[in-house]
Amino acid sequence: MIAVIDTGICNLRSVTKALEAVGASIRVVRTPAEVAAANARGLVLPGVGALRDCVASLRASKLDATVRDWIAADKPFLGVCLGMQALFEHSEEGNITGLGIFPGEVVRFRRPPELKIPHMGWNTIRFVQPHSALSAQLATEGEAFYFVHSFYCVPTNPALVLAECDYGGVFCAAIARGRVFATQFHPEKSQAKGLQVYRNFAVIAVGNSP
Amino acid sequence: MLAKRVIPCLDVHDGQVTRGVQFGRAEKGELRNVGDPVELAVRYNDQGADEMVFFDITASAHGRATMVDVIERVALRCFMPLTVGGGIRTLEDMQVMLKAGADKVSINSAALANPDLIRQGAEKFGSQCIVVSIDAKRVGPDRWEVFSHGGRKPTGLEAVSWARRAVGLGAGEIVLNSIDADGTKAGFDLEITRRTSEAVGVPVVASGGAGTLEHMASVLLEGKADAVLAASIFHFGEFTVSEVKRFLAQRNIPVRI
Repeated sequence: MIAVIDTGICNLRSVTKALEAVGASIRVVRTPAEVAAANARGLVLPGVGALRDCVASLRASKLDATVRDWIAADKPFLGVCLGMQALFEHSEEGNITGLGIFPGEVVRFRRPPELKIPHMGWNTIRFVQPHSALSAQLATEGEAFYFVHSFYCVPTNPALVLAECDYGGVFCAAIARGRVFATQFHPEKSQAKGLQVYRNFAVIAVGNSP
Repeated sequence: MLAKRVIPCLDVHDGQVTRGVQFGRAEKGELRNVGDPVELAVRYNDQGADEMVFFDITASAHGRATMVDVIERVALRCFMPLTVGGGIRTLEDMQVMLKAGADKVSINSAALANPDLIRQGAEKFGSQCIVVSIDAKRVGPDRWEVFSHGGRKPTGLEAVSWARRAVGLGAGEIVLNSIDADGTKAGFDLEITRRTSEAVGVPVVASGGAGTLEHMASVLLEGKADAVLAASIFHFGEFTVSEVKRFLAQRNIPVRI
């Protein structure tokens, strides 16, 4: 069982359908009690929209503490897009204080005008941590994923970076520490390669037969 | 490197994909039935389409309910970005489509009637969700006018300044559709596409006029578009999405193969 957090603003359905497509059983959760009751072995924090709403929703439901404890215990976790950005200390998007689980900033793309913002579309990434369980069955370099974002994470500790992407300069496309992962791109919108990411996470969380 | 996107567009009428020859012909009953939207979407998904756009060309209450069902079924099988347009007039309309599985909503006449809808949508759902679609017609050597209501009503607005204003209000993407070129298969309007793309900081999707592979390359290179949208050439099997991409790759245009 994988629990998927509903912050009320995200396109939850894409994420739950992607997890189901790779054979995972999922439960949508809205409160810490629901997380506990689900007896879940993995926790997913999707997010799309405005970071302020995402973080405010986590605080209001007290799921911020759940996420913090979950990650501190190194239980399988996957954050997606805003679900990655929310983990850091601070974001330039509306001067938001994040959950501060990882030291670092979320900053706006500063690029020459010919590079359109949002960074929207398919871009290739390079995995920089060798043999990560999240990148199983994926090429180390050159797999394309779907991105749509105007801000990106800058972890204070460079060892946290799992994958990099280049858009007028290299930025952090994914992070990993132990069994905790987060991606700036949307695996649920990245066709077969994206489903492979969810399949890998399901294996990490649940074992060989999600 | 960020890839240029190839986007099949499905015009949906009463739950079926159709294609009118030119603006306004749908009302005259000149529609060619193309097939089931979910089956077509799955086919384009398998061909490596980068995104898909669904337009509800009936834009009635009944049409909208049908569209929700279409999007829900497509989202079960196609794990790729989906945009829905046609008849979206309120934040509630947007929310219904996003909940059904759409990633972006495309607004046109409603944004012209009430530009603040762009701002409200961007604030509530994020700029990345809000696509403003512009139907532009050349009305002078140096002037393109924005038309509303499926290309029927002149608005008096100049296309590039409307695009700039829409982005200022929070649009995360512009679809620039040339009324002159649409349905002709004679090529995109490169000039208005380039002017729009140079004027705004968000991605611009070129639409209307795709007839050959060279047209696609031209609008990405000379027209400076970030993506190409086409319907007929895909629906009637003239080219597959993968053929388009292979051609673009040969022209050194970055695409996802």
